[in-house]
Amino acid sequence: MSGAATEVLAIVLLGATLVVAVVRPRGISEAVVAVPAAALVVALGILPLHVAVEEARSLGPTIGFLAAVLVLAGMAERDGLFAAAGTWMAAASRGRPVALLALVFVVGSTVTAILSLDATVVLLTPVVFATAARVRLRARPHVYACTHLANSASLLLPVSNLTNLLAYRASGLSFARFGAIMALPWLAAIAVEWLLLRRFFASDLVGRGVTDGGRRVAPPIYPVAVIALTLLGFFVTSIVHIDPAFAATAGAVALVVAAVRSGKASLRDVVRAVDVPFLAFVLALGLIVGAVSYRGLGNAVDQLVPHGASLWSLLALAALAAVLANAINNLPAVLLLLPAAAAGGAGPVMAVLIGVNTGPNLTYVGSLATMLWRRTLRRHEAEPPTSEFLRLGALTVPPVLLVATLALWLSLRVVG
Amino acid sequence: MHVMLWLAEGTWEGCVDAAAPLIPADARVSLLYVVAEDVPHAAAAAAEGLMGRWRPRPGLTEQMAAEATASGEALVAAAAELLGRADAGQVIRRGRVEREVVQAAEAADLLVAARDGDRSRLGPHSLGPATRFVVDHAPCAVLLVWPDEAPDVDSIPPPPDGGHRHPHPPRPARGEPPPPPDRR
Repeated sequence: MSGAATEVLAIVLLGATLVVAVVRPRGISEAVVAVPAAALVVALGILPLHVAVEEARSLGPTIGFLAAVLVLAGMAERDGLFAAAGTWMAAASRGRPVALLALVFVVGSTVTAILSLDATVVLLTPVVFATAARVRLRARPHVYACTHLANSASLLLPVSNLTNLLAYRASGLSFARFGAIMALPWLAAIAVEWLLLRRFFASDLVGRGVTDGGRRVAPPIYPVAVIALTLLGFFVTSIVHIDPAFAATAGAVALVVAAVRSGKASLRDVVRAVDVPFLAFVLALGLIVGAVSYRGLGNAVDQLVPHGASLWSLLALAALAAVLANAINNLPAVLLLLPAAAAGGAGPVMAVLIGVNTGPNLTYVGSLATMLWRRTLRRHEAEPPTSEFLRLGALTVPPVLLVATLALWLSLRVVG
Repeated sequence: MHVMLWLAEGTWEGCVDAAAPLIPADARVSLLYVVAEDVPHAAAAAAEGLMGRWRPRPGLTEQMAAEATASGEALVAAAAELLGRADAGQVIRRGRVEREVVQAAEAADLLVAARDGDRSRLGPHSLGPATRFVVDHAPCAVLLVWPDEAPDVDSIPPPPDGGHRHPHPPRPARGEPPPPPDRR
């Protein structure tokens, strides 16, 4: 096959993989198309076998790490961690809407940073919705804060976002150093979201709800302790040069053993929490994007990507990453940009992360996904997203990008 | 006469308190609450963006909408009690809040709504976007009430040219063009 034909075929396979992952016709797993597509890419020699093996070897530990974090969050939910967080927020807010929003910011940012954005979106958001209803406050600002923080507050640690895990491997940074560099951008992004959301939802943050003095639920001590120790483990292992994926695995095992022994989860639940098809999808997607990069697009990206760690090139890189994340979803975007960015060191890699992590707030989920999602919704006769969410994204994403990148630039000068 | 009270979290008690003395004793009263369906949809949409990992639980959107409906029913029941009108009709609708309110108000002669905007800077922003839409499009008379104490007239800032003009200029005589509005 000619060079152009292989490049086109690789891009077609990538497109098909992404479309199926978003639409999931008849609920099939995203891996059903991704894995054969990846196999085809290797079988046809679009990605040479030795490059594929190398790619898989570098992705392997990342996928293991991801599996451990998925289990950690899933088991913590079974132990009632998120329900307890809801009870605590209801009681501590004492019916004051701005206080509840502040608590949602604290809990949402913490859960996102430690247990990943997935946990915030899937496990925390429904709890926040129920909490607002329970204290009789309007749910809108609190739910939208959750969905925004899941993206904006996922800058801090390698475990906060799958994109970070991928970049963490590519950057060669230690876990602790990653967190140290991203602490300031993380706080900056959260602060900007707070200021803008408070203003945007001013008319929904009025009056006073009811004080929830009822059921006091004791916080589940065991999962909180395990998660805290796992977090500590991330830093300790990284200081003594052991892969922090081991700390994540240890934490996941500790929660799984307790959950299975107490009958809160069956082995089937554990297997489901590991989500093997998704892990296979990530590996396959990595190989397909690898093929697209290898067959020429990588060079094009390399020429497009601003090099250097000056403030301007960091800003340009973050903006480019945000645009790409909205065009093709952030997972393939980060896979495409990483090789070129990693050549420039930690600064450019982190700028790419700021773009791909906070950018998706612009169009809900990335425009390709948005379009497909709207179509899916119409099939179910549900309403498309309101213009309100899109306006909120247009209002918050540019300043968050700008301020977080500025904070990154400062952070790189201080932390180095 | 059919009076409809549009109730929402945060302002419903003030709305009932302000409207109670103004509702004629023989008026038919209904209490309206609208479940905002876009909020559960936004939560579900965020999960769609995860590219397949963590499949959102089936029926999650419906479950959230059901929770919101139950909470709305409780709110409306509490309002009926506060109003002391056990005979008040209780109307729960689901959809886009502002549009549902306008639709529901078709059956009413008077719609009572509470201001829910920014009270720190009175002016156009003292109405939230949904309330603004309802005021603009309501098919009946609208009674806009302050959910707490009405502000003092002194809260209006002086006009920018030094304040020597009267804050409320006299109405123009019929046929004369109205004076340009005061820019605050």
